[in-house]
Amino acid sequence: MSATYVSLASSVAGQAATTLLGAVEAVLGFVAILAIVFFVAGRATGRLEKPLAVIICLGPALFLVALGLVIPAITTINNSLTNQQFLGQQKTKKVGLKNYVFAFTDPYTQQTIVRTVLWLVIVPAVAVAVGLLVALLVDRMKYASIPKTMVFLPTAISFVGAAVIWSYVYNYVTPSQPQTGLLSQVVIKLGWSNPPNWLITPPLNTFLEMVIMIWIQAGFAMVVLGAALKAIPDEVIESARMDGASGFRLFRTIQVPMIRNTLVVVLTTVMITTLKVFDIVFTINNGNFKTDVLARQMYADMFVTSQVARGSALAVILFLAVLPLVLYNVRQLRREREIR
Amino acid sequence: MKRTSRFAAAAAGVAALATVAACSSGGSSGTSSSSGTSAAALTGDCAQYQDYAGHSGKTVTMFGSILSPESDSLNSSWADFSKCTGITIQYTGSNTFESDLPVKVNGGNAPNLAIIPQPGLLAQMVATGAVKDPPAQTVKNEDNWNAAWKGYGSVDGKFYAAPMSANMKSLVWYSPKYFKDNGFTVPTTWADMMSLSDQMAGKMTGAAKPWCGGIGSGTASGWPATDWLEEVVLGKYGGQVYDDWISHKVKFSDPQIQDAMKVVSDWLQNPKWVNGGVGDVKTIATTTFQNAGLPILKNECGMLQQASFYEAQWPKGTKVGPDGDVFAFKLPAVDPSISTPVEGGGEFVTAFSDDPAVQAVQNYLSSPQWAESRIKVAPGWVSANEKVDQSLYTDPIDQLSAKYLADPKATFRFDASDAMPAAVGAGAEWTGMVDWFGSGKSAADVAKAIDAAWPS
Repeated sequence: MSATYVSLASSVAGQAATTLLGAVEAVLGFVAILAIVFFVAGRATGRLEKPLAVIICLGPALFLVALGLVIPAITTINNSLTNQQFLGQQKTKKVGLKNYVFAFTDPYTQQTIVRTVLWLVIVPAVAVAVGLLVALLVDRMKYASIPKTMVFLPTAISFVGAAVIWSYVYNYVTPSQPQTGLLSQVVIKLGWSNPPNWLITPPLNTFLEMVIMIWIQAGFAMVVLGAALKAIPDEVIESARMDGASGFRLFRTIQVPMIRNTLVVVLTTVMITTLKVFDIVFTINNGNFKTDVLARQMYADMFVTSQVARGSALAVILFLAVLPLVLYNVRQLRREREIR
Repeated sequence: MKRTSRFAAAAAGVAALATVAACSSGGSSGTSSSSGTSAAALTGDCAQYQDYAGHSGKTVTMFGSILSPESDSLNSSWADFSKCTGITIQYTGSNTFESDLPVKVNGGNAPNLAIIPQPGLLAQMVATGAVKDPPAQTVKNEDNWNAAWKGYGSVDGKFYAAPMSANMKSLVWYSPKYFKDNGFTVPTTWADMMSLSDQMAGKMTGAAKPWCGGIGSGTASGWPATDWLEEVVLGKYGGQVYDDWISHKVKFSDPQIQDAMKVVSDWLQNPKWVNGGVGDVKTIATTTFQNAGLPILKNECGMLQQASFYEAQWPKGTKVGPDGDVFAFKLPAVDPSISTPVEGGGEFVTAFSDDPAVQAVQNYLSSPQWAESRIKVAPGWVSANEKVDQSLYTDPIDQLSAKYLADPKATFRFDASDAMPAAVGAGAEWTGMVDWFGSGKSAADVAKAIDAAWPS
């Protein structure tokens, strides 16, 4: 027995040494290559100087973008046009847009898409509203840092961790038994004798899962919007007040327009995160009971149920859905820069 | 100008460096260290491993879904083999094995050996072209298994993977003490089991019910219910319909399968009979299979249909045996004319390398010698190998399972969902079962959704 452990330990140590040696070799080799490249580049003069500099500066970046983004994107698009079922399948044939037709006609996938759109509308709106509200309310409070910390802390929790925490809150036990779920316990104390089994009752479960996402994202919205609100010059606020604006009027006519760009950035950022929602749904009930969203179904198609082509089609749809948001965001940022 | 460009180049260099380092570490982990020693004669206790000698210093990587503590038993079972032959077997277990393996194989990072628990996944791996033909000795050892087992290790009639372990699914767990105290007898026919359930339901009060169940299992939620349906299909119609069902010649919407679903719903969706100790029928969908049987210990649940491996779920100190806290009886056939229907599962050793050291390990794992070594390490493990000395089993559940698994008159069939295409067996059917139990979706609608998901 002990001999096995010793040999196991020595083999692990040996492996670690080999890995370390390999890493050192790679570093030395890389430095040597760099030295040669820089030496050649430094020697180059005249006509060659500029193109060489461009290649050296741009080359690695382009290479990495191709490796990490362009090639996978092409492969995925290519896969989505075949009838491939599992990774590495040898015999596949082109089926055109069949997988896209399936995605938009299959009742289950249709529901998934509708649900994802619901997430996309509700979560960013509520998260930003909550964030903005908190930022406004606590702005001039004496101990502002306490509520701010409370709202911001969830941002640091991973989606899976948050889902696990909330799954305890939403836990359901038959009312006659001792309760383990906070929500059930609270509503029973309030007099609801027969609360639903929260996480298996659609559409309630989807909204309860959205709450988790909002809980995480509101802190981010609060911090960024709070900073933007602070950045509004005091003179502007003061002059507005002198003109008789206060409360909601001040908020609507002065503060919101002043932080409009930040609002757009926060909203689109939360939207993009929301569109990719996977962890929460996956952890809470794996898309069962009508809670499935695009990213979860894509993952299941790709890795669980061996429908790589269908999964790839969903991935492409997801990619295309994010694209306008990203483009709008970029345009907005560029416009902001022009104004400055 | 000059400064900025140099800075950019350095930044890009750091990024590229990271990729180089990542690639180099990824590449080196898969290969086995090489050293060529000739097959020296092994002496003493080691002499029995002579057939596998000559690969000293080699490392064989193995990947499977078996996790600790069961994987510790595996590691101990081949400790002597490793010591004598000098072959290190490096086993890695993953609880997402089914999705990890295709990714590894597709990424050119396949393990030397994989322990595949599903014939469907084995067929997929063979179709990628990455699976290597088994060595001659392993092929010869296939005679250790009966035809059905050999068939499940084969794809299109060609033998690829030797069966490793077997588990028996057709069991019902119960409390012998509780049965004795209340004068219940273990049922031997389906009709007996139904009347016993009624009898029990009459005696039980409060949250206690005759049956309990749980089909929650994370990303695999739903699988226990597929077993219930499979048991009924096999026990009601026998092997032929079962096989045709796997190959989709018999659809889920077929009247026979619909009838089988009716039997399941009369049995485990009967509000008077389930869910013992927990709540209503719907709670079956949210109770994890691990927790499902625990009310038996509190006499809040009479029976639970679960496989032999459920033995590992009982809390420490639970006495398992005919006169203990819990024991199991063989689930009777729905139709008494079907000869001992036995549903089982198992694992198959699949090679992604034809390195001689890998083949030595493959040969060893297909031998009764290894199976016996594994049985001696710890109970809770049964081999389907017919050459194994049955008297080695010490655990009552292992003895019971081995008895039925090796019964030549039994109608043995592998878990159907594991043999169906993954889109159904690991997808639509699981979802369908969760909907059926949790959302009260009708059997006809569930069948329709599953049939629609069948890959064309």
